[in-house]
Amino acid sequence: MKNNRVALFITCLVDLFRPTVGFASIKLLEEAGCEVVVPRQQTCCGQPAYNTGDRADTISIAKQVIVEFEDYDYIIVPSGSCAGMISKHYPALFSQDSNWLDRANRLSKKTYELISFLTDIMGVDSVDSEFQGTVTYHDACSGLRELSIHDQPRRLLSSIDGLHLRELDDANVCCGFGGTFCVKYADISNRMVETKAEQVIATGADTLLAGDLGCLLNMAGKLQRDGVELNVRHVAEVLAGMADKPAIGVPSKD
Amino acid sequence: MTESIPSQFKENAVRQLADEDLRQALTKSKGHFTGGRQKSIDNLPEFEELRDKARDIKNHTIENLDFYLEAYEKKVLSSGGHVHWASTAKDAQEIVLNICQTVGATSVNKGKSMIGEECDINEALEAAGINAVETDLGEYIIQIRNERPSHIIAPAVHLTKAQVEESFRETHTHLDPERVLDEPPTLLEEARKVLRKKYFEAEVGITGANFLVAETGSSIIVTNEGNGDLSQLLPRVHIVLASIEKVVPNLEDASTLLRVLARSATGQEFSVYTTISTGPRRDEDLDGPEEYHVILLDNGRTSMLGTEFQDMLRCIRCGACMNHCPVYQSVGGHAYGWVYPGPMGAVLSPGLLGVDEAGHLPNASTFCGRCEEVCPVHIPLPKMMRHWREREFERHLTPNAYRKGIQLWSFIALRPNLYKRLTSFHIRILGWIGRRRGRFSSLPMAKGWTKYRDLPAPEGKTFQKQWSERS
Ligand code: SF4
Repeated sequence: MKNNRVALFITCLVDLFRPTVGFASIKLLEEAGCEVVVPRQQTCCGQPAYNTGDRADTISIAKQVIVEFEDYDYIIVPSGSCAGMISKHYPALFSQDSNWLDRANRLSKKTYELISFLTDIMGVDSVDSEFQGTVTYHDACSGLRELSIHDQPRRLLSSIDGLHLRELDDANVCCGFGGTFCVKYADISNRMVETKAEQVIATGADTLLAGDLGCLLNMAGKLQRDGVELNVRHVAEVLAGMADKPAIGVPSKD
Repeated sequence: MTESIPSQFKENAVRQLADEDLRQALTKSKGHFTGGRQKSIDNLPEFEELRDKARDIKNHTIENLDFYLEAYEKKVLSSGGHVHWASTAKDAQEIVLNICQTVGATSVNKGKSMIGEECDINEALEAAGINAVETDLGEYIIQIRNERPSHIIAPAVHLTKAQVEESFRETHTHLDPERVLDEPPTLLEEARKVLRKKYFEAEVGITGANFLVAETGSSIIVTNEGNGDLSQLLPRVHIVLASIEKVVPNLEDASTLLRVLARSATGQEFSVYTTISTGPRRDEDLDGPEEYHVILLDNGRTSMLGTEFQDMLRCIRCGACMNHCPVYQSVGGHAYGWVYPGPMGAVLSPGLLGVDEAGHLPNASTFCGRCEEVCPVHIPLPKMMRHWREREFERHLTPNAYRKGIQLWSFIALRPNLYKRLTSFHIRILGWIGRRRGRFSSLPMAKGWTKYRDLPAPEGKTFQKQWSERS
């Protein structure tokens, strides 16, 4: 039998802002037959340092992640950009260091973004959840372009009765988040997310989904600033049947 | 003209974002470029194969650049042309002026050339009392508006039709003020009429080159208006201004590159005119220039050879990266402050101007990766922008606040226990403060964020805290 001991790399944004995504991930993984472990010594994948050009710190963080996660069968990440960081960019950090390069390569091969892992590796083609409403889906850039995640979330969403997916114009165009970009170049980022928000509204959907929390916080924050009543959620929440929780940026009722 | 420089990218961007005409113009052109490209490659099943081939051709040539340049030079000489080597933009200017002055030129026709922009050829000519006339419609428009190109293949893409009409009416005062000028064809017709006369006045024609062919000593230009042909055929002297990485081994290679170029640029299968010129007029030729000069410009390119930026020299200037770049599409080309805008400029400009001068450009990207996705020669643009950021970081050019902030975050990230202690405390407080509204409209430590959007409040306890309490 296949070994399915998976380590959840929770990502710092989910850890800090949206634990629900973590619980949704665990639920989906367990339902797919995985044994889920949450390694304790985890923080951030190193993207902020990496994208600022701070290679030394990035390498230290990458080593920490490798040490903590390399003993599991799979490393699962509910974010395309953090999964891409580990699987596509860690090996590039160690081109001069063959020992660490080997370890980074091994980790890279077993690291997956959550949704594509469920469909592509675990063979999940439907979920047993309920949802009533019209959703639209934004393809976050790293997941789409580094990991080719496009059909997988749509396929799983289409298995939910009562859920209608209405495609978003320019779904593959960046929402303007870009990590530190959104504060460093706030004015430009704003134009980008403004355009995205207009297109989201134009779909008439009541819920906006994506697979990366950074982008979701950005889009939710913009829609709410503009007073638009639209729920924004990580796609895993809907797939796991946890859409009864308040949406991103919405207060809980109690 | 508002002069912008790369070091003021942020200020430039703010100014451009406020320009409603720009927004309109860009919205209009964007779909045209991206949709056109998509359609044309959908019609060509072997496009991906061609891209790989195009990349390999350029790589091979760049790895053997000295060989192919020498071979090219020999062929130009044997066909009766002259070759001039310019290591800087200033050198190129001097060579151009020299040629023009030797033949006593008072008027010069220009086909579109980004190398001409890089060398400020128009300014140099004007300063020497020589009249430079841009013959490409887009270039002509921005010349009469005293502006710079905002795009490498569509220089006037930042303008609306109405702005162009206004400029024509202001400039062509000899024409009937009642004439109708509200559609692109009428504008083109008018520019044609005005330019037609000038073609015959010029003693020198300057064009760029899309490719230089080592095998034959030819230069190739592609245009959609045929202006390049007239610029180079009618005057007595033809000057080709090209940078050294434009050379390719042979015509076969050039045609492979032409096939990906037009599709990536405008979605055409081929540009309307592809013009190959080799040397001056031969005895049996009906027309053509008496003198043929090629100026080969380095201007910092050889210093990119052998570095992590060498791949940038593959660029065939199709413009697809900027057509697909959400940052370029927001701020327009002028924000970048120099000749080359968009993703290709964000990598090339620091290479040619220095990262001190152009350091903003590789930072102003979300690394969304769309540029690399569409680049016909597979240039890993985001990766190279990151390399520039690394150089800036090493040299302490990264703004101090960000540097310190990132290092503090890394310090915490490298200490999981500290991370957990700090976050479980602060996030709980933040979640508690935000619990009523679910979000913050302003937060002192997140001003860049809350200037334009709310910050969703954390749900409450961190995931790790909750998880540890469960197990
Ligand atoms: S970098 Fe690539 S996409 Fe951009 S202009 Fe050059 S060849 Fe075209």
